Amino acid sequence: MTTTTAATAVPRRRRRARPAGGRGKPLSYLLLAAVLASSVFPLYWTFVVASSDNSAIGEATPPLVPGGNLMENISRVFDSSEFSLALMNSAIVATTVAVGNVFFSALAGFAFARLRFRGRNALLVTVVATMMVPTQLGIIPLYLLTTELGWTGHLQALIVPALVSAFGVFWMRQAVDETVPTELVEAAMMDGCSLVRIFWHVALPAIRPAAAVLGLFTFMGAWNDFFWPLVVLNPENPTVQVALSVLASGYYTDYALMLTGALLGVLPVLAVFLLLARQIVGGIMAGAVKG
Amino acid sequence: MRGRLDRHLTPYLFVAPFFVLFAVFGAYPLLATLWMSLHDWHLINGDGGFIGLANYSDLFADPDFWNALVNTLSLFVISTVPQLFIALGLAALLNTKLRGRTFWRAGVLVPNVVSVVAVALVFAQVFGRDFGIVNWLLGLVGLDPIDWPADVWSSHLAIAAIVTWRWTGYNALIYLAAMQAVPNDLYESARLDGASTWKAFWTVTVPMIRPTILFTTVVSTIGGLQLFAEPLLFESKGASTGTGGSDRQYQTITMYLYEKGFTLFDAGSAATIAWVLFLIVALFALINFAVVRRTVASR
Repeated sequence: MTTTTAATAVPRRRRRARPAGGRGKPLSYLLLAAVLASSVFPLYWTFVVASSDNSAIGEATPPLVPGGNLMENISRVFDSSEFSLALMNSAIVATTVAVGNVFFSALAGFAFARLRFRGRNALLVTVVATMMVPTQLGIIPLYLLTTELGWTGHLQALIVPALVSAFGVFWMRQAVDETVPTELVEAAMMDGCSLVRIFWHVALPAIRPAAAVLGLFTFMGAWNDFFWPLVVLNPENPTVQVALSVLASGYYTDYALMLTGALLGVLPVLAVFLLLARQIVGGIMAGAVKG
Repeated sequence: MRGRLDRHLTPYLFVAPFFVLFAVFGAYPLLATLWMSLHDWHLINGDGGFIGLANYSDLFADPDFWNALVNTLSLFVISTVPQLFIALGLAALLNTKLRGRTFWRAGVLVPNVVSVVAVALVFAQVFGRDFGIVNWLLGLVGLDPIDWPADVWSSHLAIAAIVTWRWTGYNALIYLAAMQAVPNDLYESARLDGASTWKAFWTVTVPMIRPTILFTTVVSTIGGLQLFAEPLLFESKGASTGTGGSDRQYQTITMYLYEKGFTLFDAGSAATIAWVLFLIVALFALINFAVVRRTVASR
């Protein structure tokens, strides 16, 4: 933390910090390539199995190159399970949760960063403290509560509790603090602008990049979530992750079918990631916490 | 007048959604878990009456609980320790002058964006007994195939591989961010003193990013103690019951909670497991924080 303040306080006369380990040597590239290969191999392998038929998988030498059965396996996945429904459910949940979390977190973040109100600091400390609370552990009463509300088996059981998060509030507070000038907010207040209007016309446009990153993290987290959907949804109305676990729990293990499903479930998130890798990597390096 | 009301009331409306949702879906369930753990509670039939600490004494007398606890700690240690060491080395590699920085950084992060369910299914196949690629590779060097899910050590190794694969790149990026904040002067003086790159890494980089290392340790500890999806889906057969193998050889505490609550409908026992797990997580977090404080203060 001290380094950031030092960097801003000292006039930018210092040379741009040179990376510590010196120049990238051929060995570095070789090692990185090896790491990258092991990072990507399971995905490649998923594709290989998903495009093979089960008899090829059962041979002494496993198939190492993709086969020609991908389309057939995909249609088998859609035939044998509620997979299209699952994909749509996941899209609905992940999108709604991402939009909601960005909006409500931005509201709270704006208030914490730029508005004065009694108890602000205590409330902010509370927000940060709740990041430590593992919600998984309240899963039994949470399940009973959703049953009471009549939400079990329905998507709102996944959506409503996730509409705002402590991490989101914290993230947006930082973003507002860095990008929304205090003077601008105060000037707008002097002009008699309502706080809602200030939020909408002054704060929101300025924090758009941070909001986009938070939205992506939230989307990926909601798409990949497993424990709570497994508990609260039923196999007739699943998300992708629940549908995958159903594919996997059959008595007879159909690997081609399983990994085709896995491939289909991974593709949307992977596509989003590849499109916005730079922002996502930057977001993690800016101190994103496991969500 | 309207303006003054706006100034005073609106900030609370802005922060209210968080506090309302947290109260209902975060704080209430956690407290209710404590309440339920003191009752004989069936998931469907409801409250069967107050029984004091009987759920707790039953749990501590239950060999399956201790088995799950030992499994959880074992999985936690053999996945977290190598993960953080590899991440440290990887971050050092990424911290050199590289062509295509974003490409390498994004590459190491790929495992982290893939859903844990998909990852677990793929690794279950990779570590399969009959057609798995790991056993095929073992066969190439003349070793016998291993029935990975069948034994304690082999199933733990395989599951730890899943966790390590998924989180190493993420932690490497966190370390990288910290390493880039280390002032360059320190390296220059180390170089003037004749320190090798390796020596500079251990005497400059690692001490300077110690708070970050401890932060990742805390986060990995909290995550590692709640391991669920990876072991649940590791062996596809019978994935939905949560027993973690025929002899519970890789059942974790969270899986045991799931089994008690949603397979056996014993909500009271499940709540007890949840609360005990919460205390264990809190204990580990406190130990970590104490270490953070001491090391930061000693610098």
